[in-house]
Order: sequence, then C-alpha cells, then structure tokens
Amino acid sequence: MESLRPDSKPTGDKVLPHTKVLKKETVSHPSRRDGLRFAAGLGLSFALPGLDLFAANKRGNERPKSLITLWMQGGSSQLETWDPHPGTKVGGPTQAIATKQKGLEIAATYPQLAEQIHHLSVIRSLISKEGDHERGARYVKTGYRPDTTLEYPALGAILAHEMPDEDLEIPAHVALGGGPFPPRGGFLGAELDAFKIFNPGQNIRNMRSRVPDKRQDRRLKNLEVISRTMKPGRRIPTNRTLHQQVVEKALLMMRSEQLKAFDIEVEPEELKARYGDTRFGRGCLVARRLVEEGVRAVEVMLDGWDTHAENFSGHTEQAGILDPAFATLIDDLRSRDLLDSTIVLCIGEFGRTPRINPLEGRDHWPTGFSCVVGGGGLNSGVLLGETDPTGDKKAPARPVKVNDLIATILTACSLNPANETYTRIGRPIALSDGEIIPQLLPTS
Amino acid sequence: MTKTGQVISVKLKPVLIPACVGLAVMCLVAWAARIPTSTEVPVGSVKDIQPTVQRLNTLLKMEWRTAKVIPAKPADELLVLRRLSLALHGSVPSLEEIRAFENDTGGDRLDRWVNQMLKDRRFADYFAERLARSFVGVDAGQFVVFRRDLFVNWLSEQLHENQPYDVIVREMIASDGLWTGRPETNFVTAAVMEGEVDANQLASRTVRAFLGQRIDCAQCHDHPFDDWTQAQFQGLAACYGEAELSLVGIQDQRNKSFIVEDRMTLEEKTIEPAVPFHAELLPETGDARNRLARWVTHGRNRRFERAIANRVWGLMFGRAYTDLRYGLAVDDLPDPNDDKTPIAMLDLLGSDFRKNGYSLKRMIRVIAASDLFRLSSAHEAVETSQFEKVEQYWAVFPMTRLRPEQVVGSMLQSSSLQTIDQNSNVLIRAVRILRENDFVKEFGDPGETELDEQAGTIPQALMRMNGRLPHELLEANLFNSSGRIAGYAKEDDVCLENCFLVTLTRRPTVEERDALLPDLQGTQDKVRDQVVEDLYWALFNAWEFSWNH
Repeated sequence: MESLRPDSKPTGDKVLPHTKVLKKETVSHPSRRDGLRFAAGLGLSFALPGLDLFAANKRGNERPKSLITLWMQGGSSQLETWDPHPGTKVGGPTQAIATKQKGLEIAATYPQLAEQIHHLSVIRSLISKEGDHERGARYVKTGYRPDTTLEYPALGAILAHEMPDEDLEIPAHVALGGGPFPPRGGFLGAELDAFKIFNPGQNIRNMRSRVPDKRQDRRLKNLEVISRTMKPGRRIPTNRTLHQQVVEKALLMMRSEQLKAFDIEVEPEELKARYGDTRFGRGCLVARRLVEEGVRAVEVMLDGWDTHAENFSGHTEQAGILDPAFATLIDDLRSRDLLDSTIVLCIGEFGRTPRINPLEGRDHWPTGFSCVVGGGGLNSGVLLGETDPTGDKKAPARPVKVNDLIATILTACSLNPANETYTRIGRPIALSDGEIIPQLLPTS
Repeated sequence: MTKTGQVISVKLKPVLIPACVGLAVMCLVAWAARIPTSTEVPVGSVKDIQPTVQRLNTLLKMEWRTAKVIPAKPADELLVLRRLSLALHGSVPSLEEIRAFENDTGGDRLDRWVNQMLKDRRFADYFAERLARSFVGVDAGQFVVFRRDLFVNWLSEQLHENQPYDVIVREMIASDGLWTGRPETNFVTAAVMEGEVDANQLASRTVRAFLGQRIDCAQCHDHPFDDWTQAQFQGLAACYGEAELSLVGIQDQRNKSFIVEDRMTLEEKTIEPAVPFHAELLPETGDARNRLARWVTHGRNRRFERAIANRVWGLMFGRAYTDLRYGLAVDDLPDPNDDKTPIAMLDLLGSDFRKNGYSLKRMIRVIAASDLFRLSSAHEAVETSQFEKVEQYWAVFPMTRLRPEQVVGSMLQSSSLQTIDQNSNVLIRAVRILRENDFVKEFGDPGETELDEQAGTIPQALMRMNGRLPHELLEANLFNSSGRIAGYAKEDDVCLENCFLVTLTRRPTVEERDALLPDLQGTQDKVRDQVVEDLYWALFNAWEFSWNH
C-alpha cells in the first residue's frame, strides 16, 4: 500500500485506474505531490488515496450506501403530492393519476414521477409533534425532537460519521441549494455540518490557488512554521477550533480530482434539460455526481411549500420543478446502477392541513403527512398508511413515527440504530430511538 | 489675473469647474471626517473603577479557590492590546498604534489606553453594530419603513456620548416619530410586517435583548420547560398593541384594543397590557409602550442590568459569562431570585452599572481592567476535562473565533501601516465599508447567535486562502503595508518583524526567524515583494489571525 502512494516511487506494474491519473499528475504538477506530503506530515495520512478503487468505479451492491434527501422546505402538502383525495371536501381541485405501481395514485401534477415511483415506496401516515418550521425541520432531519440543551446530529452527519470513506477528498456531507435549517453535525462536531453550496452546478468559488505551485508550496511551508508557535498550553482549545483540520481539508479538496463532481458542465445537454434548468434540478444532478464519487449524504433543498395562501397554484408551480428533477434522478441513478446503493428520501418538515383555509391555503399539519423513500436496498412498491378522506379523523391509519423512518434508513445502511455515540459530556445517545419499519426492509 | 491666465481659464473652464468642485467636496469631506462630531465626554480617571475591579478580582479568586483551579499566567501586554483593539475597534491594532503603545512607559498604560480607545469614534461605530444585532437583528429589512443604517448611527452617537443605557433603551421602546427623523423608532419599525406593527415579534425581542429571557415559545403555547405561559406572552405583546404606523411615523393610538385569534378555534379575545413578572414595578400611568419601557429599565428589575452585563462580557471575551460558567446562552438567564443559580459576577457588574449612571463605557473599563481580561489563553492543564474546568471557572482567557467583521477589519488594518480610522483618507474608509460587507456576506454571518461557540468551516478556509479580498490586500504595491515593508525594510530581520507585528501583533519567535529569514536573504524588488506576499498569506491564514486568544 505504501509503495503506491503518490509521494513514493511506483515500484511495480500494478496500475489501477486512479494511480494512473496520479502518476500523470505528479509529472505535470509536482506540487500535488508536495501538497500530499505536507498533508501526510500533518498526520492526515488517512486522507491520502489508498489502493482501494474509488467509489466512482464501483457499482451495485459493492458500493457502500449513500443518501440523497430531497428536502421540501416549508412543508409540502400531502394532498397535492403523494396522497391526493380528489372529489372530497378536503381534496380541493387536485386530481389524481395512476402510476406504474398498481393501486398507487398520486397528484396529477406529477406525470413523470408516475412512471418512476414504483421503484420507491410511499408512506402516507407520518406523524410528528412539531408544527413549527424550525422545530419540525430539526426533528425530521435528526430523528430527535429538538432539545434546548443538546443539538442532535442530522441523519446525513450520522451516516458520514459512522461510514467514513478514506478515499474521499471532498466533504462527505453536502447540502445543495441553501435553506434556513441546513443539516448539522450537532454534538458529533461542526466538521460534520453539511458543506453548503447555494448555487449547485456553478463553479465553486475560491477553489483554486491564486499563485503558481512553487509559491503555493512556500506559502504552505510558512503556514506550517507559524502554526507551530501557539500550540504550547493551548492544545485543547486549538484542537477544538478545528482550524488546522479545516485548512488541511480545504487544501486536499483544492488539489482533488474529485472536485469535478461538483461541476455539471461535462454532463450532456439533453440530461441537464431533463433534470430541469432550475436550481433544484441542477442540485439533483450534482447530487447524483457527488454520490457517484462516494459522498455519503447529500441534501437538495426546494423552497416554497409554505402555502398558507393559494395552496393549489403554489403547489402546481412547485410540481413543475420537482416532477422532472425527481423522476430524472431516479431514472439516472438506475441507468448507472446506483439506485441499489443510494437511498432517496423526499420529505419536508410536516404536511399541510386537510382543511382549506379562507385564503385557499393550507396550514401546518404534522399528523398524517407523506414521504417517498426507496433505493439503497429498501423494498420498493410499498404503500404504508392511510389518511381520512373526510379530514375529520386527525390520526392516520397505521401511523409511522418520524424516528422510525430514520431507524429504518440506518438499518438499510447496515447500521444498528441502537448503537450509541457520545455527546461532548460523554452522555450516550442511540443513533436513533425509533423502531424499524419491517415492510420497508427486505427479509434476509 | 493675467491675460494668459484668463485665456487658460476660459479654455479649461468646463474642465476646471467640476474638478474644483470635486476637489472642494473631497477637502470638505476629508475635513469633516477629521473633526470629531462632538466634544469627547471624559470617562473619569483610572482610579474611579479600582474598588469595583478589586471586588471583581476577589470574586474570581474565590471561585477559583472553591473550584480548586489554578489561573493561567498573565498575558503579554501587547497581546492584551490586541484583544482590546479587537473587542472595541473590531480590528487588530495598527503598527502606528503598536509603536505608540510600546513607547508609552508610564504606569497603568493598559487602563489609560482603554480610556483612549473608548473615546475613539471606532469604538462607538463598532460596538453599536455589535449591540444592534440583538436590538434589531442583522437583516437590512424593508428599506421603506426600516432604516437599520440610521438606527446604528444613532446608537453609535449614544455610545460615543456615553448616554446612560437605561435612557437608550427607553428611547428605543417608547419613542414616537418617523424612522428617518427619530432613528431610535427603527427598533419598532424593524418589526413592521405589511404595514402593521408585529407586537409578538417586539415582545419576544424586548425580553430577549433587554432582559435576557427567551419566551418566544410561549407565543404559540405554554413554555414546555419554563414557567412562561401563553397568557404572559400575549400580555407583553399587548404593550405594543397600541403602536401604529402613521404618516408621522410610529405613534400610539390610545385605547386601541389588542386582539388575538386562537389558532385552533379562531376565536377572538382582547388582551390587556401586562408584564410576565414584577408586576408591581409596572407604572400605572402613561401609554402602554411608555409603561413597558419604564418597567424594563426599572432599578429593581435586576434582569435588566444582568442581561447587559452578560452581553457586554460576551462582546469583550467572545463568550457570555453564563455560557462557560453555567452553559446558559447570553439571553437565557435564570430568575435573579432563584437561589440555585445566583450569578454573583453579573450582580456585581450590574449593581456597579446601576449605581454609576448605567454607563456602558464604565462597565467595559471594569471588565478590561480585571485580572481575567489579562490572563493568558494558555494553561498548563493537559487533560481535556481539567482544561474544561479551568475554562468553566474563567481561570484562562477563552479562545474564540473572531467575527467575520473582525477578520476582515484585521485584514484591512494589516494591509495599512497607518491606523485606519476617522482620520484616514476618506477613500480608504469607503473601500473598507464596501469590502467588509461583501466579505461578511460570503464568509457567513452568524447573525444574532454570534456568541455561540462555532468552529471554522471549509468554505471560510477557502475564502481566506483563495478569495479575492485577501489576494488584493496582500499583493504588494506602493501604498499597502506588504509593498512598503518589502520596499523600505532593507534589513531582513526588521522586514520579518514588521510583517508579524502588523498581522499578529507579536514578534516572530527564534524558531520562526530561523525558518523564515532564509527566504528573504539577498532578495530585492519583485522577488522580495513575492516573499513578503507569501509571508502575509501564511500570517492571514494562521490560526492565530482569525481567533481571539
């Protein structure tokens, strides 16, 4: 393993795809070697490319699981998406269409997804107790109800923490498209906060050094000298600042071939058009590229669901963005044999009231809302739960708690939800306190 | 005027007139900028605060003894100057200031420098911006009825004049008038939504910012953990219920009812103005906002003095007192009558504050003169739990991440040898303001939660390393410090020392000299410029630069 590191001479003819690239790199850009050596000197050897094949080259079951969350910021209406009740007093003008999944009808504004949704499953009976945007978002993203004394890690942060990938030089947890409550590392540490890109697909700013390699090396050498001075007596607080790690990670990233995963210029125009020329559409395409590269968890945010007024026109407009992006994502993942290793979850912080308010809007509704989940080895074609078409009964049939969904996704990633991590004061917390949803997991 | 002169003047008239006007305006602006806008208020001698500082030091020592922690050693005075400059002016000290400080050999020099720094307009401007975050938030808001810029200028003027804090707060809560003519009313107009004053937002902001209490949850339901009820919240909101936006600005419409609608039943009910605690302190006469303002700032409402003491402490140290000591956020303080958490430090500072005319400058001077403010950030404790205990009892100067404005302020100051303040060239100041805002946006503004502990992020590191602003600032030219140090400091040793002083406010260590001097040796012109630029780059990116320590 040592012998094939880029900072030592290649000793054999064993040529693996990525070592080829590195060898070429070392000739044209000696600084990459130096940079990696610098990183190694700082104890970052774990981040050096090893012998293993890059995730990008793996397919199907041999890939570790990743998660793509399509986050419906504001709370999408279950009635205008995956749980329509046309012709009832709560249904409004929304029509339903049949899908390729027998017995499953979704809102008619999702014709493209109707062709793909049978590869996934639908839950129509999610229940939460949080009706506020921030508290709701934090609950759904972490699986724990917000607690003023403890910041729980988001599911993506847990996955990045529990399933590290040594070959990954770009962040393992990424959030695309912004949003007010980005997924955080919580007590697992700020280094697991999602790496945020507001405008996915556009060149990431500040990614390249401004000086030639030789000078960049001198700069880094200077930095190393200055960084040593303040250490004595400040080891603990200095480590806590993460300054050094953050600088090192940024440097690795700047030199990484994997950066190209953020760039969609190389993708065919036809595919880009299918995803849709929207921030969300581009985000979904970047998400696929990131997952392909080995990124563990990606959130793509779609804002605009908080339709307290004019719910129906608002949701129709949203569907115009979500339908092509979501459907193309599923199709694209499948065609690249990535769906078996990628869990896709489309969810918001809550649903919306069956009652239509005087402004033709729907308000917050944390009982009996819907999500779509699948891929990553989860069972497809499952339909769970049922809501009352009259809107009188608040509780759905066969309710599913939000933390149960989290526990199920963890299980699909071969993690035991009961496993514990520790907070800063050493308090043990289970990855999730939910129970698995047996219908979604394959019987083994 | 001669004939030739006349000919020239006629020919050049179209050019000369605008040029002269421009020049005159520039001179005027420069002149205006040089003159302080008001006479400076004396803030007392160094001696007046000594008894309080002594009591503060004794209290700290007692706490250290009880907790069995050994305090850190005193920090180098130049480093203390750096902390003061960052806390009060928002940037590192200039080389000019460092030289003046080092030449000052009189006693009490740090105390005297604090007095001096508080008189400087930079203090009022910077501190006003920091305090404004808790008063009106960070959003510029809707420009039509809310002018954050005018509010911050007004606040800056109050701080500069050392206006009593209780007066400042009463004016914010109770003033009438136009947001342009009476900038303090922007506290109320910041909460205007679609032409209506949002009383709920004002209620929660009032108790958070001025009394250090969070009762926001009670807006929709009874507080799940604390004692706040929805009825208490609504009573407080009703204090703003009479406030209206009219043609003459914010005004109270007497006897206007405050009506709330039940979210579930859609039933309407009228709520009377009330306060959630110490109802006996609420005056009986006056309009509702006026009564609220007098209740908030009442001498016996101890939450008022505690809250500002905790916040000013937070702005000085980067962490609120209660945050490290009790794990309580800056605006989440316990009931002062709760015996389980008597916060002696805040009571000490608070009562001194009350007894001395609610002077913010005095409170800052007391904190800055304490032994604690001058302790090192290094401690011999090696075990994590041991170190955390030392931190919890404030026996070491806490290390905190600088705010984006402080980072950019320091980068800008470092790129100049002279002090960038109201006496500097107007153009430099304009550039400073523009660039700061740009940078702050990209760097990520922690907003109102700025006193929470946060680690740096990868995008920030990328911005510091490769961003446009740092690149422009460190690129050597005739006017900036890297260019001038490279050009004029012919001796390598002096050159290196200046680079360190300008950025890190310290001299290089022996190891640093040994490692860094060889690059400078025998260099000149462009090559030397580049060596200095690369040094600056490393200094800007060093941990030391973007953390207070």
